[in-house]
Amino acid sequence: MPLDNVVFWVFAPLSIATAIGMMVVRNAVHAALFLVVNFFTIAVMYLLLDAPFLFAVQIVVYAGAIMVLFLFVIMLLGVDRGDPLGERLFGQRTTAVILAVAIVAEVATAIRAGVGFATTAPEGFEAANPGGNPSALADVLFRDYFFPFEVTSILLIVAAVAAMVLALRRSRSVTQREIEEHEGDDLEAYAMAPPGAPESMRGGTR
Amino acid sequence: MRTPIAYFLLLSAILFALGSASVLLRRNALRIFMGVELQLNAVNLTLVAFSRMHLELDGQILAFFSMVVAAAEVVVGLAIIVAVFRRTGTADVDRADVLRG
Repeated sequence: MPLDNVVFWVFAPLSIATAIGMMVVRNAVHAALFLVVNFFTIAVMYLLLDAPFLFAVQIVVYAGAIMVLFLFVIMLLGVDRGDPLGERLFGQRTTAVILAVAIVAEVATAIRAGVGFATTAPEGFEAANPGGNPSALADVLFRDYFFPFEVTSILLIVAAVAAMVLALRRSRSVTQREIEEHEGDDLEAYAMAPPGAPESMRGGTR
Repeated sequence: MRTPIAYFLLLSAILFALGSASVLLRRNALRIFMGVELQLNAVNLTLVAFSRMHLELDGQILAFFSMVVAAAEVVVGLAIIVAVFRRTGTADVDRADVLRG
C-alpha cells in the first residue's frame, strides 16, 4: 500500500470523526477544538493533492487566525453553558439528518457518473507547476487573476472597518447640564448601560 | 496506485453534509457559524481535488480566494454575533427575531 493511501485512510476517518464531534458535542469550546483538528486534516488532504501552498495557508488562516477569532468570541460571550437542547420545530432533527444523508447520496451518484470511483489523478502535475507550487500559483494569481486579487484587498479593508463599526460600543457625549440634572445618580451604571436601555437598567434614581 | 480523486470528493461531500446538518441542528449562532466554516472547507477540498484531476491551477486559486472571503466573512459575522449578543443578551438565533438595531 503506497504511503499516500495510508495517509488518506488515516486522516479521512479522523476528519469525519472530528466533524461529527464538532456537531454533537455540547460545549462550544470543545466544538471549536474539534474544528481545529478537522481543519488540520483538511490541510493534510491538500498535501495529498499536491497543493503545499494551500496546505500552509489552510493552517495559518483557518487553524490559526479564524479559530483564534472563534475562541476569542466564545470566551468574550461566555457561551460555554452549552446549547439549549430540544426542538423548536417539529421533526427538525430527523429532517436535518435525512437531508444530510440525501446530500451525500446525491453527490455520490454525481461523482460516480461524472468522475468514476476508480479514476486516479493523472501524472504530470509537476509540469503544470513550473518552479514549484507557490511560484506557479503566484504566476497565475498575479497574471490571470490580478483584478480579483485587488478586489479582495478592498474586501478585506471593508470587512475590517465593518467589524470595528459593528463591535464598537457607542458612547454618547454628555453635556454639563445632564451632569447637573443627574447629580447623585449612579453615573457608572448609567454610562455602562447600552443606549436606549430602560431607565431601570441605568440606575436612574431621579 | 494513488488514491482515487473520487475518494476526496466523497470525503468533501460527507464533510459538507455534516456541516449543513450542524447548521440545521444547532441554535447557538456560533455553532451555526462553525457549521458554515466546515461547509466552506469541504467546498475548498472539492476545488483542490478537481484542480489536481484536471492538472490546472485555477482550482487552487479559487480555493485561495474562497479562503480570503471566508476570513472576511468570519470577521463580519462574529462582529454581528457580538453586537446581537450585546443587544439581546443571548446568542440563540431564535431570540434575534427583530431587524431593528
